[in-house]
Amino acid sequence: MTRFFRSRLVWPMGALVALVLLNTISRPSFLSISVKNGQLYGSIIDILRDSAPLMLVALGMTLVIATRGIDLSVGAVMAISGAVALQFISKSTSPNRVGTVLIAIGIGVFITLLLGLWNGFLVAVVGIQPIIATLVLMLGGRGIALLITGGFITTITSSPYAQMAQGHLLGLPLAFFFSVGAIAIVGLLVRRTALGVLTESVGINPSASRLAGVRSRGIIWSIYGISGLLAGLAGILYSSNIMAADSNNAGFLIELDAILAVVLGGTSLRGGKFTLSGTVIGVFIIQTLTSTITFLGVPPAVTPVFKALVVILVCLSQSSRVRQYLGRIRHLRAAKPPIRLSGLETEVLAERKSG
Amino acid sequence: MSENAVVVEMRDISIEFPGVKALDDVDFTLRSGEIHSLLGENGAGKATLIKALTGVYSIDSGTIRVSGTERTFAGTADAQTAGIATVYQEINLCTNLTVGENVMLGHEVPGRFGINWRATHAKATTYLRQLGVDVDPRSQLASHSLAIQQLIAISRAMVVDCRVLVLDEPTSSLDRSEVEQLFAVMRRLRSRNVAILFVSHFLDQVYEISDQMTVLRNGKLVGEYQVGELSRSELISKMLGRELDELESIARNASRTIDRTGNPILKVTGLGRKGGIEPTDLDVYDGEIVGFAGLLGSGRTELVRVIYGADRSDHGAIEVRGKSVRLSTPRHSSDHKIAFSSEDRRAEGIIGDLTVAENIVLGIQAKRGWLRRVSKAQSDEVVAHYIESLDIRPASPHILMSNLSGGNQQKVLLARWLATTPQLLILDEPTRGIDIGAKAEIQREIAKLAAAGLGVIFISSELDEVLRLSQRVVVLRDRRKIAEFDNHENFDIDDIVALIAKEGAA
Repeated sequence: MTRFFRSRLVWPMGALVALVLLNTISRPSFLSISVKNGQLYGSIIDILRDSAPLMLVALGMTLVIATRGIDLSVGAVMAISGAVALQFISKSTSPNRVGTVLIAIGIGVFITLLLGLWNGFLVAVVGIQPIIATLVLMLGGRGIALLITGGFITTITSSPYAQMAQGHLLGLPLAFFFSVGAIAIVGLLVRRTALGVLTESVGINPSASRLAGVRSRGIIWSIYGISGLLAGLAGILYSSNIMAADSNNAGFLIELDAILAVVLGGTSLRGGKFTLSGTVIGVFIIQTLTSTITFLGVPPAVTPVFKALVVILVCLSQSSRVRQYLGRIRHLRAAKPPIRLSGLETEVLAERKSG
Repeated sequence: MSENAVVVEMRDISIEFPGVKALDDVDFTLRSGEIHSLLGENGAGKATLIKALTGVYSIDSGTIRVSGTERTFAGTADAQTAGIATVYQEINLCTNLTVGENVMLGHEVPGRFGINWRATHAKATTYLRQLGVDVDPRSQLASHSLAIQQLIAISRAMVVDCRVLVLDEPTSSLDRSEVEQLFAVMRRLRSRNVAILFVSHFLDQVYEISDQMTVLRNGKLVGEYQVGELSRSELISKMLGRELDELESIARNASRTIDRTGNPILKVTGLGRKGGIEPTDLDVYDGEIVGFAGLLGSGRTELVRVIYGADRSDHGAIEVRGKSVRLSTPRHSSDHKIAFSSEDRRAEGIIGDLTVAENIVLGIQAKRGWLRRVSKAQSDEVVAHYIESLDIRPASPHILMSNLSGGNQQKVLLARWLATTPQLLILDEPTRGIDIGAKAEIQREIAKLAAAGLGVIFISSELDEVLRLSQRVVVLRDRRKIAEFDNHENFDIDDIVALIAKEGAA
């Protein structure tokens, strides 16, 4: 139990629970789930479905941030994948065939993988600072998407394509399975292989990692590729939801939400150690918040203020200085500042623990 | 010196961290106009005592009197008001500001429109001159050497008119002449009745500069001595708590004969890098320890970095076991079973936020690439093996690397390289800034590995270490190899010093 409370996840988890409680109190229907035609409906289900694009993007962002980088281009990349896929389907003669849809998705996602690798090339090989390197695509990407759609908002009718964001499986929204699948695959990828620990190592100390023989260039490169690919998938989901390739609004400002989700989850922007489960919680916090704001009838214009308030609260709760201050109030007797233990101290500590 | 006025009197100081007494009823007395060395192994409580004196930690029991008045320090600012200034090993100045701005930070001379920079810089110059430091106060701090920066940090302490100056490992990255310069400043301050608390791992320096010594061991006071009354071996045994001089027990390795018939592990011809090292030849054979002697900046580090591919070479060729190879990145070298441990442990060695186990396995993992993860069982086995054989403490694989003492971090790095089963191990200053016990263990380990066939390039600023371990010594100066000779029993430090000096005269 104490171990649970010491875990880094306890604060974001607490914030999420608090948000859910707040919602349940203000509208008791929040937690209720109804069944219609064998499919589940309710606010929670909506949150699970609507959070899918952000979830995909934030997972990629977590890895990028762990390498001491940042990927600002994810929103624009979403627009591109949607544009590519929809353009392909709209020009095809059989938009309702599953095969067509799969090819369209394949092309869209493949192109965003290349775009991610382009970012990685700029960062890892050319050595441009990540924020600038990805800014290039952030600014240019929407233009590319508009070029692809010829400056219009391409709309299509294709029932298999619509299924992805709107369909159901086992009563649950299909989009939710995209989230779960992405979490599982990325989780396995980083923790079952050595990608996770090598990424952390590169993020914590790039020069030491290089001297240790780590191919940091390749690792950073592939991480940006993964981020691009996940953003591409998110773009497919987004366009499937509205059945249109809206190059200006697809994934608009999603990079900021994704960065927020990562930070709320407890991964430091300084890079290094990362937590995917933290990011998952972070995404749910943001999505629940959006749903709360809508429900509370906050005018859309002031929504950002509300979001900012919650964010600052969660960030404060994670700040070690604030925690220290709260801790000092709790035990009125003067507490010592957290100190880095010297060798002997840790040694004795370790002995005490084992003995 | 005991007739001088007592400035700091610490009595019965205890500090407890969760589950451990870091200081246990320690007394410490500092008098004006003395240089007082604080001695002890890593973890003896030196750092804790200094932090208690400088207000970083609050004490659990005991009293601190400064100039007769009892003080409680709630923070470093309190200690500074009491006239206690500290210069840390890692200099805490702002490298992007000018020298004058650094010296006078917070004490700028006000003028009619904000700060009067002319007067401020003039005042900075007076403080710097007082210490015999002649630098332009308008120059960037970063443009000066570490040694000068250290002196600037001391000048800064003088601005606040300190009575007590704490110097924590100030010499660890200085070369000989820079140390002389620092010592001259320390003597000057002593004559102005400043009390100086000096911490250094170099016993030579302790004996050269200090008047008094206080020895700590395991958080307890061993005793306070005048420098004259304690011989070096007595001092070491007091620090270690055993009568054995560890270092002397390592037999000199020089006499071991090396078979230099076959192909060498490494053959370097004309390897150089502009501004780093002039074209140099070098061979390393199986089981041989080649020691590099030379001052800081002599090219010793530059040469091994070029060999390993940490820096790129401009010209020259490298053969590994008779085959011509290109070692342009660390990856290539590690593919050829060459390992390199950098002199800068913190910046280029440890991965602080990863665990000891992850740090050890990193070398193997890097070789394998990210796809084939080192299995838990294999990792456990390797980690347990090295924790035991190198006596890494605490013997807990899951503790964060940054929580280990310097000596133990160095052992972990050694383990990281050994786990990759190299044929050539390049060690740049592996014993810098670590305590004698760990130093002896690391030296012994290196000797053992070489005896088992490993080729080693060993760099150290401590010439006795180089002489004790190596079968061959390469002397470098001014980015050039100036001599190379087979080590033998009656060769001693003075001979090397003479070699370096002779070239210098020319």
